[in-house]
Amino acid sequence: MEQEKVGNTEQLKEFLVAVCGDAVTESVVERGDIIVTVKPERIGEVLKKCKESPSLAFEMLVDITAVDWLDSRDVRFEVVYQLLSISKKYRLTIKVPLSEDRPELASATGLWNGASFLEREVWDMFGIRFTGHPDLRRILMYDEFVGHPLRKDYPVQGKQPRVQLRYPEVENTARRMQRSDLVTIRGRKRDEGSQQIEGGVNK
Amino acid sequence: MAGESSKKLLEIDVGVGGITTQARPREMGDDLHSETMIVNLGPAHPATHGTIRIVAELSGEKIIDADVDVGYLHRGFEKMCETVDYNQVMPYTDRLNYVSPIINNFGWCMTIEKLLEIEAPKRAQYIRVILSEISRVCDHLTCLGASAMELGAFTVMLYMMEAREYLWDLLEEVTGARLTVSFGRVGGIKDDLTDGFAERMNVAFKGVRDHLVNCDRLLTRNRIFIERMCDVAILTAEEAISYSLTGPMLRGSGVSYDIRKTFPYSSYEEFDFEVPVGSKGDNYDRFLVRFYEMEQSLRICEQAISRLPDGPVIVDDPHIALVPKDEVYSSIDGMINHFELVMYGVKPPQGSVYHAIEGGNGELGFYVVSDGSGKPYRAHVRAPSFIHMGSLRKMLLGANISDLIPTFGMINMIGGECDR
Repeated sequence: MEQEKVGNTEQLKEFLVAVCGDAVTESVVERGDIIVTVKPERIGEVLKKCKESPSLAFEMLVDITAVDWLDSRDVRFEVVYQLLSISKKYRLTIKVPLSEDRPELASATGLWNGASFLEREVWDMFGIRFTGHPDLRRILMYDEFVGHPLRKDYPVQGKQPRVQLRYPEVENTARRMQRSDLVTIRGRKRDEGSQQIEGGVNK
Repeated sequence: MAGESSKKLLEIDVGVGGITTQARPREMGDDLHSETMIVNLGPAHPATHGTIRIVAELSGEKIIDADVDVGYLHRGFEKMCETVDYNQVMPYTDRLNYVSPIINNFGWCMTIEKLLEIEAPKRAQYIRVILSEISRVCDHLTCLGASAMELGAFTVMLYMMEAREYLWDLLEEVTGARLTVSFGRVGGIKDDLTDGFAERMNVAFKGVRDHLVNCDRLLTRNRIFIERMCDVAILTAEEAISYSLTGPMLRGSGVSYDIRKTFPYSSYEEFDFEVPVGSKGDNYDRFLVRFYEMEQSLRICEQAISRLPDGPVIVDDPHIALVPKDEVYSSIDGMINHFELVMYGVKPPQGSVYHAIEGGNGELGFYVVSDGSGKPYRAHVRAPSFIHMGSLRKMLLGANISDLIPTFGMINMIGGECDR
């Protein structure tokens, strides 16, 4: 049983490499999972083939995330896609190395609607742009947030600049009530370990 | 997909009251009153049970555009995970889906076990199954109870909360806490079941089943409930797959994908249970899938407790699990192992791993990168609630404003999991 499964995984890997051609730079089977590394400029094409090839049939995009290797690797970022074939019952992990100079990838929103939220999260957390995304804006953080918090050079205890209150109507109410403290959101008390993040709105 | 128009929605000043009107260019075919209304819901609306903001643009009562704004409960789960060791992440995972925290605990443990290439002992696997399934029932009870209450069925919510109370008493007995259990350990679980757990479980299950029968009578064929739920927010199977939906949301659309069946983990292949599947993909189907899943979960628990194997509940490896206390106090090896594990933590080999389990809401996946040290280099959670919120706009377009709350309720968004 176990032998048969491993055999199938190996076969699938070979087949995948054959379909995607030289876009795949590395392919391994680790702990029963197939992991392939793909050139960043070819990712759109590989995802399309994975989804549309009837013998691969990866119908679902399960997850997109990224890893920041900072100085420990030549290429700083690594975007990780998890694909799933419900009909054939197997998974695939695609890793895409991405350099710091131009952190940009083709968006998968044309293939899967679910990619929209996932790519917005990766942009928010890592500052990796997805070209062709119809609505790439921050999702978990607020628009005025400076920096990208899951990058390794973002401090664990960072302190963000104060943000102006957005709604003029609230501001007018506050003025009528003579409560100027309502107009700006009050920053938390400064604590010893925290670090002030400098800069303006990072768009 | 949220388009350009919804981007503008967020920038519109909705003021203190949360409602404003906005003139839109009049188009051919519009009736005379072609001014649309922007309604802001949340982030502190009582029916959103969670902190979420939905800005809806209405034409009459019809939703013509909506923007879903998540992230109000973001507390940096993934960043925090990078600062502590693998077992210390456990309390953080409790706060992901806080209605079924044990499932999150075990999902994290199994991911690290996959990284270490070990397996928990059989007895631990069975106990994990029992506690996970009890938590799943709690999760579904909370979702259905709250949604029923929002549609006016307050009695149903009280029945379901009481049923949930029976189950939380069981969990409290085993873990010592109702919500923040922190019961998982890499390589097994913290403790064995308490004495007489099986009898008390049977009593509790009888109570739960009685309440479920009552709720079924009150709700499932209730005309008001059916008319509010049927044919609302329909997603076809293709759409559901395209939006990466999993769990009851996907099964409601007729796709039979349950990780417990497709990729069995923790000995799920040894139990006999069915996967309920919807036919139409509307809110009523999602309700029915959740409702029938509860009975299946109770069945799994009963099978597991009747065949519970003997043996330890955590692996016997001093580099992964704490050694017994009497060894720590009586032998130098035990003392050293205990000290090493407490100070430096479990050290998996270098590599990355993705592991997914069936959470209360869908596929709960963890992606962990290890650099060989005692702390995760990177930990990512694939939170089903977050991904399901991505499909909310699609479900709301064309629906009535009154359908917003039941649709949102059937997603069962849990803020802690969605915003991390």
